[in-house]
Amino acid sequence: MAERVGFFTDTSICIGCKACEVACKEWNDVPDDGFVFRATSYDNTGGLGASTWRHVAFIEQRVPAPGNGGPGGPSGAGELPADSVGPGVETGADGERPGAVVGEPVDRWLMASDVCKHCTHAACLDVCPTGALFRTEFHTVVVQADVCNGCGYCVPACPYGVIGRREDDGRAFKCTMCYDRLRGGLEPACAKACPTDSIQFGPLDELLERAERRVTDLHGQGRTEARLYGADPNDGVGGDGAFFLLMDDPEVYGLPPDPVVTTRDLPAMWGWAAGAALSMAGVMAAAFLRRRR
Amino acid sequence: MAECHPVGFQWVMEAKARGAKVFHIDPRFTRTSALADRYLPIRAGTDIVLLGALINHVLTNGLDFREYVLAYTNASTIISEDFRDTEDLDGLFSGYDAEGRKYDPSSWAYEGAEEEAAAGQRREQLEGGAQHAEAAGPHEYGSGGPAMLATPSTDPTLNHPRCVYQILKRHFARYTPEMVAEACGIEPEAFAELAEAITANSGRERTTAWVYSVGWTQHSVGAQYIRAGAILQLLLGNIGRPGGGILALRGHASIQGSSDIPTLFNILPGYLPMPHAHRHEDLDGYLAAAGADTGFWGRKRSYMVSLLKSWWGDAATADNDFRFDHLPRLTGDHGHYTTVLGQIDGTVKGYFVVGENPAVGSSSGRLQRLGLANLDWLVVRDLRLVETATFWKDGPELETGEMRTEDIGTEVFFMPAASHVEKEGTFTNTQRLLQWREKAVDPPGEARSDLWFYYHLGKRIRRRLTDDDIDLPLRELTWDYPEHGEHAEPSAEAVLREINGTGPDGRALSAYTELEPDGSTRCGCWIYCGVYADEVNQAARRKSRHEQGRIAPEWGWAWPANRRVLYNRASADPEGRPWSERKKLVWWDEEKGEWTGHDVPDFEKDKPPHYLPPDEARAEDAISGSTPFIMQADGKGWLYAPAGMADGPLPTHYEPHESPVPNPLYGRRANPCRKVYDRPEVPYNPAGSSRFPYVLTTYRLTEHHTAGGMSRSLPYLAELQPELFCEVSPRLAEELGLVNGGWATIVTTRAAIEARVLVTGRIRPLRLDGRRIEQVGLPYHWGWSGGVATGDVTNDLMPMVLDPNVYIQEGKAATCDVRPGRRPRGQALLELMEEYRRG
Repeated sequence: MAERVGFFTDTSICIGCKACEVACKEWNDVPDDGFVFRATSYDNTGGLGASTWRHVAFIEQRVPAPGNGGPGGPSGAGELPADSVGPGVETGADGERPGAVVGEPVDRWLMASDVCKHCTHAACLDVCPTGALFRTEFHTVVVQADVCNGCGYCVPACPYGVIGRREDDGRAFKCTMCYDRLRGGLEPACAKACPTDSIQFGPLDELLERAERRVTDLHGQGRTEARLYGADPNDGVGGDGAFFLLMDDPEVYGLPPDPVVTTRDLPAMWGWAAGAALSMAGVMAAAFLRRRR
Repeated sequence: MAECHPVGFQWVMEAKARGAKVFHIDPRFTRTSALADRYLPIRAGTDIVLLGALINHVLTNGLDFREYVLAYTNASTIISEDFRDTEDLDGLFSGYDAEGRKYDPSSWAYEGAEEEAAAGQRREQLEGGAQHAEAAGPHEYGSGGPAMLATPSTDPTLNHPRCVYQILKRHFARYTPEMVAEACGIEPEAFAELAEAITANSGRERTTAWVYSVGWTQHSVGAQYIRAGAILQLLLGNIGRPGGGILALRGHASIQGSSDIPTLFNILPGYLPMPHAHRHEDLDGYLAAAGADTGFWGRKRSYMVSLLKSWWGDAATADNDFRFDHLPRLTGDHGHYTTVLGQIDGTVKGYFVVGENPAVGSSSGRLQRLGLANLDWLVVRDLRLVETATFWKDGPELETGEMRTEDIGTEVFFMPAASHVEKEGTFTNTQRLLQWREKAVDPPGEARSDLWFYYHLGKRIRRRLTDDDIDLPLRELTWDYPEHGEHAEPSAEAVLREINGTGPDGRALSAYTELEPDGSTRCGCWIYCGVYADEVNQAARRKSRHEQGRIAPEWGWAWPANRRVLYNRASADPEGRPWSERKKLVWWDEEKGEWTGHDVPDFEKDKPPHYLPPDEARAEDAISGSTPFIMQADGKGWLYAPAGMADGPLPTHYEPHESPVPNPLYGRRANPCRKVYDRPEVPYNPAGSSRFPYVLTTYRLTEHHTAGGMSRSLPYLAELQPELFCEVSPRLAEELGLVNGGWATIVTTRAAIEARVLVTGRIRPLRLDGRRIEQVGLPYHWGWSGGVATGDVTNDLMPMVLDPNVYIQEGKAATCDVRPGRRPRGQALLELMEEYRRG
């Protein structure tokens, strides 16, 4: 096995250009995912799925006064109200003096490129009955389209809602971390295309170290809301191969706050099932034995 | 910048990571605002108030870089006593001709200019901006300024009431933080923070850069926006120094190149002015009026003669004025919008549209289409069938019944074009950097490069020429590039070599200083001379920045002479020493007796800092050793422009032609010289009209490219922004009953279009003139056909109002009305428009 590689997505420097979405589709020949105006900020992609392997989320927020200033401001983001976009947002009264901005405008716009997490303990892989999903020599998780039978077990198994089935095709698809490029010694297409290095690719250990340093730096700049997501090997999925630096709670980005590998309880469940079966067998045996008398 | 130049924005992020503080000033909160340290919302069309207040802040508090300002700018120069400022005339400068709506700039001149004897120079000074505003616009002066005294009277104490410094102080005195709040909607605290940041980060040890895009240019005072930025940067000593400057982000790859080797009507390659039909009878007369004789522009004869030699080769001789007579001439304004009116009037019969989609991308789309429909022939070259090529069968005027296909006589020729990866050539970016591009793949089908198209069109035309004299210019034209491949593609490198120029021995020249006025050299564009030095395509150099110094001189090639920072003599003090170790770039090496440094010095290599020009000196010899702005007549950076601008020597805030509020600074509401048209096809929203209460601004999104020709047909881009939408504040939405994700109709006197609604707190209403002003934002990428994403045309809404200097449209600030729901169709739409026009 080669060294474990992964993605570190530093959302504090994401500019929302969506080059990752486009580069991913170009390289992997992923079809378009429909032309839907969603009226959710600048996000018309919606979420990850069979035909979207990178998804940039846009979250418009209001930093409460007096923390007046955008991402550089000393905002305690943990307490930020994550306002959705919509007519109901506006609550403020008119400013009194000339030049005052009326109402309470959005002054923080979070952008984050989401992707398959390539979990250490991957439920999709556990439940796949055909072996279409497998762990590569890079410790990434990949679906083999020619083996997938479209059973769809992997879809509800994913704690992040990453994998999906294509309606017209039936099979399941998701990010491969550009398995073909990795084998060719290249970095994945999204990381290659990212203009600001918000998406970084490399050996996971190095990325984790770099990410810790980045969090320390940001905290030093007063941006104490910065935190890592998916970097903890003791979390419910054993840590992610693709982890993130977030500027707010995971829920704000549509990420589960405490993901758990859905197959975590399987051994115990099988144990209980076996116990139940044994009990049942015992009861039946007892019943027969009794009748014989 | 993150929004429209995401790839370039990586360097802003890099600078930020190294400690730079980033401010973003924009009417809407964009992806750039999201990443900036501080975002300042501004009402569209009021940037001169903000910049003027920053200038005032610098002057009032004595925060200018005094040594730099004294030595390198015209701050101490004394201006004619005839000059009257907008302070004196309530928003007008002296010399205004109300009838002709233009200025006679003679009273703006340097003191003593009146006595200058040289007739040509005198005439030029007097006619100055007026002549060029009429014929072409002041950037006819090209990379040199207009003629002006090389050694004017000065007061180095800056106390003379008529010195530029004092005039500037008085002019900008009313641009206060309170005025910024009132006009722009920027709160005083935010202004103070910006003012503090730019002054604290300027001077010997530090520099500040300004970056702008069409948000600064597309206004009826657009050129003056840039002047205001230039004044501020000169006062702070941020020009000609590393990390300083005013960086113009262009709207499209190689737009810089298309003004260097121009697609503009009023200039020739290298910013040489286009001759006028009636004023410039011969080469001498042309050169006498073509700008300054002092400074490097004084070598204009060498540049012009070498250009004529490049085009007409052996046929161009001293005896026949180097075939100066072969050049086409101007008779007036032949800009884009004037051409469209000419089409409607039937005086323009044919039209080449190349890589552009004016039916969608230009202001007043209906006007554009009326013009297109009245042509004899139209050639459209593009990657796909854009709306400009299909308007006759599916344009919006067909739906309303204003046009019928059977009535349109225009014969349309569509020529499929090769994309940038399907042909070789150069891109010139905003840093003046030429980068050679290899062809990656062959173009599909009948698609061909532009070079192929024009070359073979030229060859076909030449085959049809007669012996008549009228055909002589084309018969004698040099038109002989090597061809290769099955389609006889002309060699782009041969064209680049021709542009570079050759000497008497036929070898490629290395620098424009080698150009001669006697016809012994040829050069297709003097500023590009050196791009093929040593017979090597210097633009194709690809040495990594990791293998060379910070300036990276061996990546591509920058004009002029591979200089990466223009006017970099200013990075050293008047004695030639770097202002500071931290900001050192070029300096005078006393021992070797030459200028040296990290960049190619933008100065004569062996001219010592203490050089003083003798009287009567011409060209660069008239520039002293301590003045860095070598293209200007006096070598100085012009805080005050004594000639060259059509609408005044100093930037002045005027409201956009369509504005919901009066001008808070002067009785004059709008730029008195702006170009407006009194024609029924060109309607305007009355200023301050309650029918059009909202400020309208237009812009681009990362996901699409300009008028959509390169993005709407690509599913991977179109799915990211599939529909036209308007951005409105939550309060406006509530007031009008607009539903997020629903529909709205946006109306001006030009058009009514429909768009999906995006309600967002990123759009900020402002309290101005005692009331709340709502702004409406519209991206302009959509059109009715030709792609997987279609929508109404935003530019149909915009007025035909032009800046008087460069004739750019006021595309960034207008007024509109907004109504909930979709727009009416057919006749009902016309009735709605009529209702709004009548009021």
